[in-house]
Amino acid sequence: MEFFHEPKIDWMGKKWYFIGLSIPLLLAGLVSMVVKRGLSYGIDFRGGTLVYVKFALQPNLDQLRAHLDRQSLVNATLQGYGAATGHEVIVGLDLKTTTSTEALDTGKRAIIGALSSLYGPGPEGKVDFNNASPQTIADHLLAADPLGISSKGLEEATKTYRDLADALVQYRNRPPRSGLVADFQELRTVPGAAPSVLALLGKDFYLSGFAVRNTEIVGPKVGGDLRRQAVYVTLAGLGAMLIYIWFRFELIYGVAAVIATFHDVLITLGIFSLLNKEITLTVIAALLTLVGYSMNDTIVVFDRIRENVRLNKRENFPDLVNRSINQTLSRTILTSGLTFLAVLSLYLFGGEVIHGFSLVLVVGVIIGTYSSIAIASPVLVFWRERQGGGRVGERPRVLERQAVGVPR
Amino acid sequence: MESKLKGRVLVILLVFLVCVFGIVGFPRNLIQLKDNLRSRIRLGLDLKGGTHLILQVQVEDAVNAVTDQALERLRDELKAKNIPYADIQKTDSTHIVIKGLPQEKSSDMQALVAEQFSDWDLARLPGDPTGRALTMKVSSAANIRNQALLQSMSTIRNRIDQLSVVEPEIAEYGQSDFELVVQLPGVDDPTRVKDIIQSTALLELKIVQDNPYPSQEAALAAHGGVLPPDAELLPGPRTSSGQSWYLVNKIPAITGRDLTGAEPSKDINGRPSVNFTLNRDGAARFSRVTGQNIGRLLAIVLDRRVVDAPEIHGQISDRGEISGGAFTPEKAADLALVLRSGALPASIKYLSEETVGPSLGADSIRHGVIASIVGLLAVMAFMLVYYHGSGINADLALILNLIILIATFVYIDAVLTLPGIAGVILTVGMGVDSNVLIFERIREEWRSGKAVGAAVAGGFEHAFKTIIDTHVTTIVSAAILFTFGTGPIRGFAVTLTIGLLANLFTSVFVSRTIFDYVLSRRGKGEALSI
Repeated sequence: MEFFHEPKIDWMGKKWYFIGLSIPLLLAGLVSMVVKRGLSYGIDFRGGTLVYVKFALQPNLDQLRAHLDRQSLVNATLQGYGAATGHEVIVGLDLKTTTSTEALDTGKRAIIGALSSLYGPGPEGKVDFNNASPQTIADHLLAADPLGISSKGLEEATKTYRDLADALVQYRNRPPRSGLVADFQELRTVPGAAPSVLALLGKDFYLSGFAVRNTEIVGPKVGGDLRRQAVYVTLAGLGAMLIYIWFRFELIYGVAAVIATFHDVLITLGIFSLLNKEITLTVIAALLTLVGYSMNDTIVVFDRIRENVRLNKRENFPDLVNRSINQTLSRTILTSGLTFLAVLSLYLFGGEVIHGFSLVLVVGVIIGTYSSIAIASPVLVFWRERQGGGRVGERPRVLERQAVGVPR
Repeated sequence: MESKLKGRVLVILLVFLVCVFGIVGFPRNLIQLKDNLRSRIRLGLDLKGGTHLILQVQVEDAVNAVTDQALERLRDELKAKNIPYADIQKTDSTHIVIKGLPQEKSSDMQALVAEQFSDWDLARLPGDPTGRALTMKVSSAANIRNQALLQSMSTIRNRIDQLSVVEPEIAEYGQSDFELVVQLPGVDDPTRVKDIIQSTALLELKIVQDNPYPSQEAALAAHGGVLPPDAELLPGPRTSSGQSWYLVNKIPAITGRDLTGAEPSKDINGRPSVNFTLNRDGAARFSRVTGQNIGRLLAIVLDRRVVDAPEIHGQISDRGEISGGAFTPEKAADLALVLRSGALPASIKYLSEETVGPSLGADSIRHGVIASIVGLLAVMAFMLVYYHGSGINADLALILNLIILIATFVYIDAVLTLPGIAGVILTVGMGVDSNVLIFERIREEWRSGKAVGAAVAGGFEHAFKTIIDTHVTTIVSAAILFTFGTGPIRGFAVTLTIGLLANLFTSVFVSRTIFDYVLSRRGKGEALSI
């Protein structure tokens, strides 16, 4: 099977079309960033509180927002995530200007307090089973001793109830419940959960309509540190790769590759701004992956150009670049197609936590592949044309090996 | 040629076996296999649930405390040496300023600082001939800050160990801002842990009233059922012979607040011991109490539990030595550490907190695994369709790549996180790229009219250069991520690096060996399935 058989496309002849495509893309992103006053950063860069909540029933977001307002959590944000049937919402709260130790988790407490007053203020004196820790459950079991094992000694009983509590919580947390039990009778299937245990749970606990699945609290210092670090790491990474390419090829190859990669990062950031997506720590990790991928793709093309330059010094440089791109085109399409398949699977099935990550990669694979042909290679050609002649043999090199396998 | 090929096949089989053994061990049945898998692949907090705290040790507290002590000591010494002054005060954490010093006492002052305040530099105050500034040496201040960080770390570790958290992790975090990261797997309510970390440990030295008892009942019986009003019963260290109990004075001789330091040392007979130093107040009290109680036991009580109860050999004032027959060097060091880390040397500020509920962790694993398998299967199926027989070749290399990757994780005890799983997917992508590069090149060489063997050799030779360049570039950027990144970014960098190294082996060495093996079994001129 084969997609391309010795294609003869004049890529460099179309370089103005490429530039005509890239510039509006870059501008659209930049304009969006300017209009929106910079990128929108996630809580991990901005500092603040995020509480991931799963509800038993589809929550009424307007009602929830009104309730949070009444609890003076006026600037709280609500955002649904995951599959619609999951009834999952992220409640976000920006960091207030206070930086004292206490302030760090007041936001979390306030949010959970507000939720519990709306979605399950249980009967007086009962504990919410869906948000109870294993320790709390074990303590209740030990105090009431529903299995009647206290005669076996305190240590034994403590261990038995601790294990039982762990098993109950594990059952509660496993999909499809994912943290929400609707009826204590569901717990029947847990090993060791005798009817007496269920009866005790019913007596001491109640089942609220929500479960806190995850909380993230980031102080202002960590957020600021991370943002600085992300920029430095990206620049350092680009610098290191520039030096490596300079060492393996020539300086202009490194410069061209870095320009192309920079172009990719800028366009991806622009798309994030246009889509109002937040830049989080995992998105930064993905951007760095994109940098690696784009470089990888560019180097494959450059590698072929270098090889062809050594073999054929008299050829017109744009033609040589075209030929190199065409020779690697089959590989380029295959690899980016397959990588696209892998990251698309990540995007579709990877879940909410890495959604931003996989979005960058889905966009990045396409742009990273495009830029090797449309940006990096034209930069080389422009440079050679400025150097004059457009001929290849800038530096005489000894023909290292026989011209093998080059069609034409 | 034939034996060379055999050797290569042997190397591959060996790598395969070592890796499979690393991942699953020697399972006897399916259940054991599952258990081994679960216990050997360590999952990060984001996958198994737990709490992740970042906190900052306010090390300047410790520097301030040292300067306060120096100020106090300086006041006393100036008085003792008859050096008059108008005003003396601390201006910030590392500076003390003295004003109104008479000209003729200048050399006395210099001598005093040189002799007794070796951690300080003395300088004139600009524009004030009677003023002097004492500045703590930069190296001393740095030392105090580092000590404070290490002490806080061990204190926090001691405290968390008492909470029966499974595999907690406490490590330095970030570059140099005295930050610590605390990871508590399975803890989904961090409030209690945070309170405990932040609380001050209570160290008390108390005189033991009589000999230790084997149980509470025995102690009560010895006193006719009622404890003396000035005494209390505290549990002692748990030993192989069981729990002992000590009847100690209610009022402590000294507490952790009176301690200025503790170091492991050796006594006159060369046996391990612990030296401790007390502040002025504590020394006065301790001297009185120990003088009156020579021959009795002194209980070292940490958080209401007797850690040790050595005998008092003589009067102890500001410097003391705790020695006993049973001290090993390790035990002495531990005791010094407990004494030092009894109280946090500096306050703690929480910078961030993340709690992943185990339910979200379970969902993440499920999603990650499904995404990986779907992606992998799609890619493998495509390779088979596009490259026919050689597709098997690529798929085998890909599977071995993943096995090596996971086994390396087990062997180096690395933790698999969600970004790590994403790194695995990227490794798969680049692994496929290597194979595509090679196969396309072989096709190209073949089309140019070469014989099958020469085409394969040429394809590998040319593609190898490209593969090296792309891999090294990506590893360089991964190294940067690992060096300067933290947490999730590091996890990603580690997986990517291991994956790419494994890929160099599988796509170049393994894939080539399979090709050569297939070629060696075919007749000349037979077509290659690619």
